[in-house]
Amino acid sequence: MRRALAALALGVFASGVLVAGSAQAQQDARRSGYDDMSPATQAMQRDDTQNPAMLFVADGEALWKRPAGSDAKTCASCHGDVRTGMRGVAARYPAFDASLARPVTLGERINLCRTRQQRAEAWRAESPDLLALEAYVALQSRGQAITPPNDDRLAPFRARGEQRYRQRIGQLDLACAQCHDDHAGKRLGGSTIPQGHPTGYPIYRLEWQGLGSLQRRLRGCYTGVRAEAPAFGAIGLVELELYLASRAAGMTVESPAVRP
Amino acid sequence: MARTLITVPQDAKRGDVVEIRVLIAHPMETGYRVGSDGKRVPRDILRRFACRLDGEVVFAAELFPAVSANPYLAFPLRVERSGTLSFTWEGDGGFAQTETAALNVA
Amino acid sequence: MFQPDANACAVRRRVLRAGGVLVALALVRPALADANGLKAAIAAYSSGREAKPGRVAIDVARLVDNGNAVPITVRVDSPMTAADHVRAIALFNERNPERDVARFALSARSGRAVVSTRIRLATSQQLVAIATMSDGSLWSGAIDVIVTLAACIEGEG
Repeated sequence: MRRALAALALGVFASGVLVAGSAQAQQDARRSGYDDMSPATQAMQRDDTQNPAMLFVADGEALWKRPAGSDAKTCASCHGDVRTGMRGVAARYPAFDASLARPVTLGERINLCRTRQQRAEAWRAESPDLLALEAYVALQSRGQAITPPNDDRLAPFRARGEQRYRQRIGQLDLACAQCHDDHAGKRLGGSTIPQGHPTGYPIYRLEWQGLGSLQRRLRGCYTGVRAEAPAFGAIGLVELELYLASRAAGMTVESPAVRP
Repeated sequence: MARTLITVPQDAKRGDVVEIRVLIAHPMETGYRVGSDGKRVPRDILRRFACRLDGEVVFAAELFPAVSANPYLAFPLRVERSGTLSFTWEGDGGFAQTETAALNVA
Repeated sequence: MFQPDANACAVRRRVLRAGGVLVALALVRPALADANGLKAAIAAYSSGREAKPGRVAIDVARLVDNGNAVPITVRVDSPMTAADHVRAIALFNERNPERDVARFALSARSGRAVVSTRIRLATSQQLVAIATMSDGSLWSGAIDVIVTLAACIEGEG
């Protein structure tokens, strides 16, 4: 399995050319949302000179070098060159944070670095700066396999995440599994239902006309089934992200992706 | 200053027709959208774009609210010699921004 | 002596009435056919001059993922020489709140008459592109696009 993953990572170009999910293993029926998009939208993602998310990646690059906090440290002060310092990092998130004794998302990790290491203020969830830096860091995992950490401490959170994934909710009384497992590939109002793998976050979503995180997308689904969406940062959303990452383990990171 | 992403091919030879691509971060607020307070969000769009080569306009565009957010334009240019390209965007609220890029022609 | 019978008169009256209705329809139809003002917008742009269909191709997905950002390319068949080139391309839509989409100015220095951008489409509709040539002639191309909006309605993210 590890050799297959390494081969997969080697086989994908840094320019962002996407290896179709089906190239991983002969029996893998998993599809990225990329595969369900029209050719025009795929082209928008594939080409860094056309991908609107790259505007925000450029902002992230500037933020990586910007001093913050009482010591005026930059991300680079501790992590050095982003290409080496952040290589493969996004592919391993959500990951366990020992002092909080729970998993955290990449966005939360960035804020933890800001408050703990840089002694700067945390960025608001979904704020442009946080998303830009998240996109810049996630880009450093592009082409790599989603690799959830082999960490026993994550097990109970992942189990709750899976429970949440299968739990019927909202006025429409739908569970994630019903659309994204049972009916993936079929159409909902003219759009193809994707399998819901977090292969490209943060994404430039055409519907948002901007960049957004997986949590924003999940909250959108809650609203879509007429359920009350958990607040940003709610542990339930982190657990769900954790489960989704393990469900997508081995699939290729496309960040920052474009989605309808 | 809005973030821009400008792509000018660097391997052009004299007489080639190249494709120049520009992206700029801008919401292109149409003026028809209703905000969460129930009120219409006022129009705020980029209206004009011009590309100049050594000061002479080689491509221009007039943009309307139907142009998507973070406007993308790709247009052709026959290149004869190296020079300086400038890209200017103008829009509502006095928006004005110019970026430059080198054009290297073999 | 020829005596027109009552039936013939009745038929004649019916034909005249039908003819009158047809004339009335003929007067009303142009307005019905341009309910969204697309023709009027194009006429205003071209100062009433007719554009000949041809030479202009609109390249856009026939079924778009999301109407917020629809990639589109307009291509005009032209040698793009100093003597014969495209001066301008104007893009119009049928059912957005406004008819104009974008206008582009090219020249012989462009080398090719092809422009790409991303546009917003409020719903399924027709798009029309008008190309103005260096000799002043106008050419047009049109295409119908189906737009399906995002299926799940979500609130402010």
